[in-house]
Amino acid sequence: MFEITEGSHAVADAVRLCRPQVVAAYPITPQTHIVEALADMVANGRLDADYITVESEFSALSACLGASATGSRTYSATTSQGLALMFEVCFNVAGMRLPVVMSIANRALGAPLSIWNDQQDSIALRDSGWLQFYAEDNQEATDLHYIAYRVAEDPTVLLPAMVCFDGFILSHTYEPVEMLSQEDVDRFLPGFAPPERLDAADPISFGMYATPEYYLEFRYTTDKALKDARSVVEKAGKEFNAMFGRDYSAMVEGYRLDDAETAIVAMGSICGTVKDAIDEMRAEGKKVGLLKIRVFRPFPAEDIAKALAGTKRVAVLDKNISLGAKGAVALEVRDAVYGSGIPVLDYILGLGGRDVRKKDIREIVALAEKGSGDLFYGLRKEVL
Amino acid sequence: MVDKDVELFDCGHRACGGCGAALAARLALKGAGNNTIVVSSTGCMEVFSTPYPETAWKVPWIHSLFENASAVASGISASLKKQGRTEKVVIIAGDGATFDIGMLCISGAFERGHDFTYICYDNEAYMNTGIQRSGATPYDASTTTSPAGSHSFGNKRPKKDMPQILAAHGAPYVATASIAYPADLMQKIERAVNTKGPCYVQLHAPCCTGWGFEGDQTIAIAKLAIETGLWVNYEMVDGKVTKVKKVVRKPVEEYLSTQKRFRHLFKPKRQDAEIAAIQALADRNAEKFGIDIRIPKKE
Repeated sequence: MFEITEGSHAVADAVRLCRPQVVAAYPITPQTHIVEALADMVANGRLDADYITVESEFSALSACLGASATGSRTYSATTSQGLALMFEVCFNVAGMRLPVVMSIANRALGAPLSIWNDQQDSIALRDSGWLQFYAEDNQEATDLHYIAYRVAEDPTVLLPAMVCFDGFILSHTYEPVEMLSQEDVDRFLPGFAPPERLDAADPISFGMYATPEYYLEFRYTTDKALKDARSVVEKAGKEFNAMFGRDYSAMVEGYRLDDAETAIVAMGSICGTVKDAIDEMRAEGKKVGLLKIRVFRPFPAEDIAKALAGTKRVAVLDKNISLGAKGAVALEVRDAVYGSGIPVLDYILGLGGRDVRKKDIREIVALAEKGSGDLFYGLRKEVL
Repeated sequence: MVDKDVELFDCGHRACGGCGAALAARLALKGAGNNTIVVSSTGCMEVFSTPYPETAWKVPWIHSLFENASAVASGISASLKKQGRTEKVVIIAGDGATFDIGMLCISGAFERGHDFTYICYDNEAYMNTGIQRSGATPYDASTTTSPAGSHSFGNKRPKKDMPQILAAHGAPYVATASIAYPADLMQKIERAVNTKGPCYVQLHAPCCTGWGFEGDQTIAIAKLAIETGLWVNYEMVDGKVTKVKKVVRKPVEEYLSTQKRFRHLFKPKRQDAEIAAIQALADRNAEKFGIDIRIPKKE
């Protein structure tokens, strides 16, 4: 059944259907509507969860860590400064192999303070061992929560997952979203039953320290589990498609890419704008296509190389900047196509909520055709 | 009733001989019993008790970070409640994790009123990193970041009053105890874990390496802290002091002179003014808690 609903409310509703037992969150713009909706559900008996109103994001994720280790399905949501405050806990949750799921309403990081959208916050946590999904629209943002729990809790994975969707652009936008029924979600997502948990009947120690004889192997094992999660994403996506008719089995998704000479690579809501711009350019005879990255961690390097083979140039739209280097997506895409000879051009854009429109996409394609890239797009030179 | 003969903190760990903290953990678990989940913060105890793949803990145990034990415990407590389970949640953390870096998480967890017991083993400095001062370091103690020198008598501030801070959060049960009085310590832990809500117990746990004394003197020194009034064993129920250990007080220098961290108060020159200042702290404790046993003079 389709509902016209705000992105945050659709996500909150999907989270409710996933039946988290412990929710811990701290309010931060633009994540607030999610956690307010969940609190309302708990207060009115629509969600049977213990909702911990923590004093900081640092404690939000720490509480999820404890609850998850005790065998409960857990949920949190945050963004920007809140995610930065969780930095230390993020690495810990992954290292301890706890499948916490967290929504990120993507937002810029200060300074200067900005409440508006880019993807710097979650990109900065790309090394932390979490799965990272990026949603293009609110339907995808909603559905990826079911997928995220299913994959994170898979006994071969047992890693936390971030579902990233652009703050305000998606979180505060009303769109038609098809919600699943509780029965449907229960069929797709079984209850959380971790192989190990804190339990007085079977005492084990969690979070011990590792000497140099063991640390490297712990990191290898976690990295392997994250890379191997790829096949679990595929399987869960196929099953979801068979049950509900929406396909999230691919890590990346091409749009009019088959004969494209210029390929745009992007993540998140910008992909919708890019698709419209491509339709216009295609109508004018320009061979342009899009490669959307849905799963950034594990990084689908082989899928990207395969999808981009045969293109003449790649233009990466980065809503982040690894200061002193380049956009993170471009750096990794360049690594993925290394040896192919295809030039990868990087465009840093849309930071701190700067609008990106169809005309900007067209202009970027024109720049790419001229071989001009690796730049901040749309700089207002008059204020520099 | 908890079987006090059962050891839940096993031998074979890597603490120094004479470690007060190891004894504190052993006694605390005897008080808590085996239906307990322990949350540790990063620190000496975490390191000496769990070098992978070995563990000294015979109850379920978790360590996440230095500063988040009470937030982790909040999640565990909520999770157990949701699952209808009966385990007690017990945090065991050092004074650095408690008085300093964990303050935010502690304040939040106590204010929210989760059901757990927070045990701070107080050895009065950051021992794991090499004896740096914390908010629990006593006045004039020399540490590696508050060294005594030609221009300093060591740590410039008295201990932070954590029990009072947590009582002010509305903790239903707050107590202090010492490894020198094991029966009292175990009783207080047992009472704390059986009190609903967030409880706090602060355990005085001398550190032979950090304070500078022989490992066979740990108990004697812990006892002297009580006997001089520099450490007071008491209980607070709903914010009111209900029980205090009374003593026939000894002068503070009997305690201070046993430890290298206070040696600069006696050598090369006796620092009468500083010793008097510490005596005043003990006198203030004695007055505040009424610990003095007054022996009537013989006619």
